Amino acid sequence: MIQSDRRQLINVAILIVGILVFWEIAYLIVGELAMRSPHETFAFTWKLMQTDLFWGHVSETMQAFAMALAIAVGLGLLIGFTLAIHKLSGDAMEPMLVALYSIPKITLYPIILLAFGLGMSAKVAFGAIHGVIPVALFTLNAVRATKPILIKTGRVLKLPPAAMVRTILFPAAVPEIFTGIRVGFSLTLIGTVLGEMFASQRGMGYLLMNAISLYNVDLIMAVTFLLCVFASVVNTALLIIDHRLHHGA
Amino acid sequence: MTSSAHVTLRGVTKVFPASDGGPGVHALGPIDIDIRKGEFFAVVGPSGCGKSTMLELLAGLTTPTEGEIEFEGKPIRDIPEGVGVVFQEDACFPWLSVEGNVAFGLRRSNLSADEKARKVAAVIKMMGLSEFSGTYPAQLSGGMRQRVCIARTLVVEPRLILLDEPFGALDQQTRLLMGDEVLRLWRETGATVFLITHALDEAAMLADRIGVMSARPGTLIDVVETKWPADRDSRIVERENFGALTSRLWKSLRDESMKTMGRMGI
Amino acid sequence: MKPTQIYQIAIILAFVALLEVLCLTKVIDKITMPAPHFILRDFFLMIIHGRYFHEVGQSMFNVMIAFVSAFVIGIITGTILHAYRLVRDVMDPLFATYYAIPVFAFYPLFIMIFGLGDGPQVLIGYMLGVVAVIVTILNGLDRVPRVLKKTARINRLSPFQTAIRVTLPFCAPFLLTAAKLALAYAFIGVIGSEFIMARSGMGYEIGHAYTNFDNATMYPLILLLLLISIFMNGILTAWEKVLLARRGQA
Repeated sequence: MIQSDRRQLINVAILIVGILVFWEIAYLIVGELAMRSPHETFAFTWKLMQTDLFWGHVSETMQAFAMALAIAVGLGLLIGFTLAIHKLSGDAMEPMLVALYSIPKITLYPIILLAFGLGMSAKVAFGAIHGVIPVALFTLNAVRATKPILIKTGRVLKLPPAAMVRTILFPAAVPEIFTGIRVGFSLTLIGTVLGEMFASQRGMGYLLMNAISLYNVDLIMAVTFLLCVFASVVNTALLIIDHRLHHGA
Repeated sequence: MTSSAHVTLRGVTKVFPASDGGPGVHALGPIDIDIRKGEFFAVVGPSGCGKSTMLELLAGLTTPTEGEIEFEGKPIRDIPEGVGVVFQEDACFPWLSVEGNVAFGLRRSNLSADEKARKVAAVIKMMGLSEFSGTYPAQLSGGMRQRVCIARTLVVEPRLILLDEPFGALDQQTRLLMGDEVLRLWRETGATVFLITHALDEAAMLADRIGVMSARPGTLIDVVETKWPADRDSRIVERENFGALTSRLWKSLRDESMKTMGRMGI
Repeated sequence: MKPTQIYQIAIILAFVALLEVLCLTKVIDKITMPAPHFILRDFFLMIIHGRYFHEVGQSMFNVMIAFVSAFVIGIITGTILHAYRLVRDVMDPLFATYYAIPVFAFYPLFIMIFGLGDGPQVLIGYMLGVVAVIVTILNGLDRVPRVLKKTARINRLSPFQTAIRVTLPFCAPFLLTAAKLALAYAFIGVIGSEFIMARSGMGYEIGHAYTNFDNATMYPLILLLLLISIFMNGILTAWEKVLLARRGQA
């Protein structure tokens, strides 16, 4: 176990070095006009992180993101469990959810904007619609896949429906539901940032869009870099928990 | 006896190298045995004794660490010509119909398309699958799928047929009936059959000779002649000496099986 | 008709009817959304007059390029990676976190590198899709039963023949799943990029109509986009169903 953990760390290290090398080579080819080298980006990011203005944008994004995630997870669980328990609804709605999942949601953005107006609620809504479908789909399939023997056991023990969900269906489905939340997390973040790119005067997405219009290459590189690092670090942490849940700690 | 030997194993040993460069696992051997031409030879042994490794060696799927295997007087290097294998697992190609699966065996032959179609149809008929030639494997039962695999093996007219617990996944009644089928095919094709099984009664019912293997590393600790007539079928189990035969196999095997259980900590 | 289909049609009709009522009762105002029957009328007018056909065609062309390149390159890369365990182990953490990374954040960078044109849009669509294809094909290749590989060897197939005649046919359902993902991501990438910043294309027109409060253009275009992507996805899903049914997995 420890052996394989070490191997994985080595693999991640090799991967990071590989990405940095790729970045540096791309920079050498593309040049100063459109890109910055890794160390220039790190330096600018560090400088950026010393400013209060930057942390204002970060906290704005985090607030919107936290709300969007709460809505996505709460609504997703509710939809997932409802559809899993009512079989006909589940069979009918699952392909529709999958179809919704595969459309370019960004084009629905104008509708969201028109409905919610510019500002916080629009980007929260946009983040939430990105995240809610995976959470719902994973929950639906997880609850459906509960081993029949567990449900039979519950029935033999004469559990009432609420206790059945609380003591059997939910615990049995937790690992898969968590996977759904992990995927939902990433998509909600993407949705929130995209939302900020168009309909906000604050936040990381706005910072990125603003940098584009000002042609501020340093800022574009730094914000892109920070978003990638944040997403990968959190996702890796969630993946580790996910793995533990699936394979038993 | 040697003149009619179809397959010869001399000092055949297999050691699987350990991944960490250690001493490795001595799985099999040394094994010395001649399998006669046209014989039905079965091997029984405790689980993990290297039975399947022995079959893979004969099929050329793996090479011996030491020793020599000859098939029709030529040492086995790669996959030999004239050898067919039926595995325990479902080896049907799920994307091909029964006909497509059987025809897959003839892919390499130089026969004309007509000739191939005729052969495929004949083997399908022989295996009682004519009604199902356009059916896909998923719609067939486990026993029927195994028939498809046997048909795919037979269509190339192998002179040596290797059976790796082919009925292991089937229920007892189907096993007995499939046993009859295999005996019939063995008589009709005149091929040498080498069967791996863990079921003592199956070996006792089907084979001319039965090799009993020890616990790992597997060596042959007994070779039992059944002396059954060639035109036998599953009703052979009614014979008086069938019980004695099975008992003898179990007597040779009991201690070995207990060693295996001990190793697995059961 | 199956109960699930009746259910699905009922849901869609109920949803449209609800919108219609909300619009007619002015709960949803006209600036936000015209009533569904207006959208439908504008949609047919748009089709009849062939408005935006050029833009739609251009976007679809880019979607196809992104889709085909993600699919082909993904399958080739996945097949090669499958053979090299060590490289795959190194790449695995990247694949696992890839979809957490906001790929759209790279769009500005690509515009600066390649200029504002079709290139960056196709690249985003390709980047979104290719990893999904690689992961799916690896998953499929992992599941090829050992006994089928042994059967290939017994039948003396070369490694190339084994890939063409055994492993890839076995993976066919996975290839279709990969195609579905690549197509969906190509749509999201290309249309999304056009929407963010472009000079033309379907996504651009939607964004442009939004800025000009031109609901008579925006909603029909969004409807057309939804119909196209659901239709393409539906074809692949139907094909997938046939394959899975043949293998007794549907």
